[in-house]
Amino acid sequence: MTIGVRTRNGARVTGGLPMTGGVAHAPSRVTRTIILGVIGLIFAIPIVAMVEFTLRKGLEGGHDFSRWITLFQSGFTGAYRPVIVALGNSLALAVGTVAIVLLLLVPTMLLVHIRFPRLRRLLEFICILPITIPAIVLVVGLAPVYSVVSRMFGSGVWTLAFAYGITVLPFAYRAIQSNIDGVDVKTLTEAARTLGASWANVLARVLVPNLRRGLLAGAFIAVAVVLGEFTIASLLNRINLQTALVVVSKTDPYTAVILSLLALIFAFVLLLLIGRLGSGPRARSVKGTP
Amino acid sequence: MPRPCSAKSGRQLSSSVRRTAAAWGLLPFAVYVFLFLAVPTLIAIGTGFFDNTGSFTLATVAALGDPVVLTTFANSFWLSALTAVVGAVVGAIACYALLGTRPDGPLRVTIDSLSGVLAQFGGVMLAFAFVATIGIQGMITIYLRDTFGVDIFENGVWIYEAPGLILPYIYFQVPLMIITFMPALQALKPQWAEANATLGGGAATYWLRIGFPVLAPSFLGSLLLLFANAFSSYATAAALVSQGSQIVPLQIRAALTSETLLGRQNLAGALALGMIVVMAVVMTGYSMLQSRAARWQR
Amino acid sequence: MKRTLTTSLAIAATLALALSACSNAPATTAGGVDASTATSLTAFGDLAALETAAKAEGALNVIALPRNWANYGAVLDLFAQKYPEITLTEASPDGSSAEEIQAADNLQGQDTAPDVFDLGLAVALSSTDRFAPYKVSTWSDIPDALKEESGLYVGDYGGYMAVGYDPDAVPAPKKLSDLLGSEYKGKVSINGDPTQAGAAFAAVGLTTVQSGGSVDDFQPGIDFFSQLNAAGNFLKVDPTPATIASGETPVVFDWDYLNVGYGKTLEGQRNWKVVVFPGTGYAGYYNQAVSKDAPHPAAARLWQEFLYSDEAQNLWLAGGARPARAEAMQVEGTIDTTLFDALPKAPETTVVPTEQQSADAATLLGEKWAAAVQ
Repeated sequence: MTIGVRTRNGARVTGGLPMTGGVAHAPSRVTRTIILGVIGLIFAIPIVAMVEFTLRKGLEGGHDFSRWITLFQSGFTGAYRPVIVALGNSLALAVGTVAIVLLLLVPTMLLVHIRFPRLRRLLEFICILPITIPAIVLVVGLAPVYSVVSRMFGSGVWTLAFAYGITVLPFAYRAIQSNIDGVDVKTLTEAARTLGASWANVLARVLVPNLRRGLLAGAFIAVAVVLGEFTIASLLNRINLQTALVVVSKTDPYTAVILSLLALIFAFVLLLLIGRLGSGPRARSVKGTP
Repeated sequence: MPRPCSAKSGRQLSSSVRRTAAAWGLLPFAVYVFLFLAVPTLIAIGTGFFDNTGSFTLATVAALGDPVVLTTFANSFWLSALTAVVGAVVGAIACYALLGTRPDGPLRVTIDSLSGVLAQFGGVMLAFAFVATIGIQGMITIYLRDTFGVDIFENGVWIYEAPGLILPYIYFQVPLMIITFMPALQALKPQWAEANATLGGGAATYWLRIGFPVLAPSFLGSLLLLFANAFSSYATAAALVSQGSQIVPLQIRAALTSETLLGRQNLAGALALGMIVVMAVVMTGYSMLQSRAARWQR
Repeated sequence: MKRTLTTSLAIAATLALALSACSNAPATTAGGVDASTATSLTAFGDLAALETAAKAEGALNVIALPRNWANYGAVLDLFAQKYPEITLTEASPDGSSAEEIQAADNLQGQDTAPDVFDLGLAVALSSTDRFAPYKVSTWSDIPDALKEESGLYVGDYGGYMAVGYDPDAVPAPKKLSDLLGSEYKGKVSINGDPTQAGAAFAAVGLTTVQSGGSVDDFQPGIDFFSQLNAAGNFLKVDPTPATIASGETPVVFDWDYLNVGYGKTLEGQRNWKVVVFPGTGYAGYYNQAVSKDAPHPAAARLWQEFLYSDEAQNLWLAGGARPARAEAMQVEGTIDTTLFDALPKAPETTVVPTEQQSADAATLLGEKWAAAVQ
């Protein structure tokens, strides 16, 4: 086993260590391809099965696109109109939940980070709590709460956003907190305040641009979770995208699978966009706001 | 929160007054969490201790000892444990395979997005996917039957009961493992590998003596997280299983729906209590392991 | 700072006020009639007044009414046609009776709450505290055995419990015990959970009387399904036209009118035959009820009047079900005789459980069913 050369000025030893991309003992390209290939293939099977299912013609066998064509040609009228309504509900809920995350969670996280650092563990505990108290348990106690909520805010589906904000807390918190930890928020705020910025300016022109990555990641994860949420909506008898899909699947499983495929593709594109947008222009030094 | 701007008036408030003012800023979030997390949880747990007339009773909680409920908990346990272990192992292997790829490269970004989608997005659609794959008329079922003459449903249709949940659960456990375990693998310091090489060790020694021990807390922590994830999962089961309540979340569904007929009031509350106890134990273990793991990442 | 303080206080105050507020203003119609307490048409005056009141409300929420269930699709369409000013919202078409009550509880006080229910007898009996009494104008036409005396619930249509099967997938069952054979492995299903759905409840009732028991004690029926489950024949999937068409549920315990309906809808896609086992037949009626907290009380009561009119009763008959007013309509000559004669032949003995027997059976199922088929 060669140890490698240490240069005279004591530079870091790299020789002799099998390195890939700067990581020691990483698998070779061949191994990586095999492993990822096998796992990828196995994971692709259900997706392929979904596609094959939607292409089936019926009892006679054979495959064609007739089901896709009928669905799109009918323009989602008639039997499938409820799905469009439900999708609208889900999108409205997503907007509401993102609002709660951005307007309620983020200021609190910043406040704790800047002003009350000793409360950070408590905030972290609260935000991780919804994992320990899963939606199925929460919903048992949400029904009485929602009878009061509906009296105050009316009966729109959007009131579910309050409950969704809770279920989204762990994911959003982790995404935003990692960003806050990476950016020196305290110094930035102090600098901005010294230069005479009001708190509103500090938030809008100093903090938000720097935290954009975490905020976007948190927001998009919230959207993904809300679009896929079923438990609370179903057990509180509200209509959202997932409950509508289940209703459709009882009468027409083929359409349900087509819609699921579309929803999965949409979510995948959405999350790809997070990856892109989030890693946009690197955090530049904003000591002096432009 | 704007405070009387020093630029305007030059007056400074005392720090304790400012502190109190800032504390009010915490109020909206506190109220929100109280109303929509604390209150429902207390109601969910609390109703298990009261019967319909409002008087305290331990009978409903004692109903958790009913053989049907115990079997349900047992089913939930083995299902969650099995899928957690398989998901953790497969996920760890996948993470290993991703070691050394560029974090911003197309492969990683795609896999991150895919993992994000599959881990969080909709048990309902997963249920449909698996009905299309191994359902009674599923693609794989028909393929196995026609090509190999193997009828996977020879001994009963298991896909619509607890065993049928294994494959869908693994399908979202593996991506969750990739998401949670990758940071730990990435935190393996190159200096350790160098130290290993300097002391004459090879790849085997590296992994056995350094890699596995360091990664063990993270791995176990992620395993516990996967267990908790499967235990509390409802949507996939609800979409697949239309009759019967083989796991605890489905039992809660049945208790909430048939409350009028089951003759046992507030069973959902008792079940919720049982679930929270299990989840609390698991998540405490998880956080202990996480802080253990964090020691290595400093 | 001051702004945050004020805002926070305002939020807290609003919350406190709102949480203590409670009342639900009674819905009065233009004519000053409180529709939510009206117990019969006389409270409104006449049908036209009720129609005006209902149209003023402009909406009706129904729940758990599949369109292919006893021809409900045509019933709903006729109502929509007659009263286009009333927007008809159909929620949870595949819901069970228990889920209807759960929805009413969860959505209490909201405009999306169900106005009316169509329930199996067992669920109706245990949920009377959610109903508002209402006697339709044709009340006297309905046999006493089918209605609750104060009008809390009333039978609407009924039929016999039957077994539908795909003749290409399984041999024709001639008696109940045939279903325990190995040709039916993983193929026999019932329409729901007996503690939640009326059709499933009745399936257990049928197996009880066919196993030589009586409806006083559903245990023999539960035992039969236990045996079916042990043999691996019991398929725990809710049958729908979709599952029948795809071949997932080749044998289904369901009402005769539903099974016949499946056959008609799926003509060309799947062959489907229906058999009512000879000997003792089990019959049951579903029940209409008006929700006490109906968001549209006048529309709910108009719906009831509509359902018990001759037209709607005949539409149910077209769906293969026996309408509640069948005998009275026969006497008056308003029943569609062709359809009535085309109803499946009744077995020699018919058993219809009484309220007490239903309640006892429900209790027994609640205790024993889950363990029996686990």
